[in-house]
Amino acid sequence: MDVGQMQRRLLDYTKSLFMEKGVLDGQFLQLQQLQDESNPDFVVEVVSLFFEDSERLLNDLTRALDQPNVDFKTVDSHVHQWKGSSSSIGASRVKNGCIAFRNFCEEQNIEACLRCLQQVKQEYYLVKNKLETLFRMEQQIVAAGGSIPVLELSF
Amino acid sequence: MSRFMRGGEDKAVNKDGRSKIRALVVDDSMVNRTIHHKLLQNLGIENQVVGNGKEAVDAHSSGNYFDLILMDMDMPVMNGIEATRRLRAMGVRSLIAGVTTRSLEQEKQEFMEAGLDDYQEKPLTAAKLVSIIHKINQSSSTPR
Repeated sequence: MDVGQMQRRLLDYTKSLFMEKGVLDGQFLQLQQLQDESNPDFVVEVVSLFFEDSERLLNDLTRALDQPNVDFKTVDSHVHQWKGSSSSIGASRVKNGCIAFRNFCEEQNIEACLRCLQQVKQEYYLVKNKLETLFRMEQQIVAAGGSIPVLELSF
Repeated sequence: MSRFMRGGEDKAVNKDGRSKIRALVVDDSMVNRTIHHKLLQNLGIENQVVGNGKEAVDAHSSGNYFDLILMDMDMPVMNGIEATRRLRAMGVRSLIAGVTTRSLEQEKQEFMEAGLDDYQEKPLTAAKLVSIIHKINQSSSTPR
């Protein structure tokens, strides 16, 4: 595959991440616009921080919901953090999952909270997988001597 | 009336003509601290980052001054509401903008009443940040 084909494939793949019910929203484009020559790995760095944050929050939530007397305030606090970081990088389905999750925390509905945890976990692993694929495709283009094409989308 | 201006090298200047507006980012999330730091940096704004309200208060020791403080609400040790009250009680007149994911009017009201000059819902974008910055000169001339 030549560089041109790789670049087209990357653009098509990136577009698919934003399509209806896609895993990303416009906030991800904001991150890409912040990346420049002084910080060429900015997006990868921020997304890596999000991954670390998410793994920690997933563990904390699993533990918190496994307690004999669930402290819903603690659960809500963790979900609020996850909502914040997912929203900041544009991981819209994780964010939306957290919004639903918080509603059930307020109701102190343990069964619904456990279902939400599984849902958000699935959405997180989905966006993680897709972003790692995206970054791999970008690395392949750079390794082949090409540049990363800029996706123009309006929201 | 002097307003927020951009200097010759596309760097932000404040109303006294000092180059480089100084800002403080207060957020317990490293993801948000990193993004807000870069957003400010790209606008030519020198900035420090801290992880909670107490660190924000401590950052003002020894007469340190910031033109702009981006204050998250929910933080451990000391939250944004308490930190804003403390800073105003200390006589800090910086423009303090609450930046939070909370969207209920009641929560926003409580945060504003603590002493905010502006409030923006996360996620923060370059456009939201510019609208905050335009208030810097207006806010500093308003008596408290």
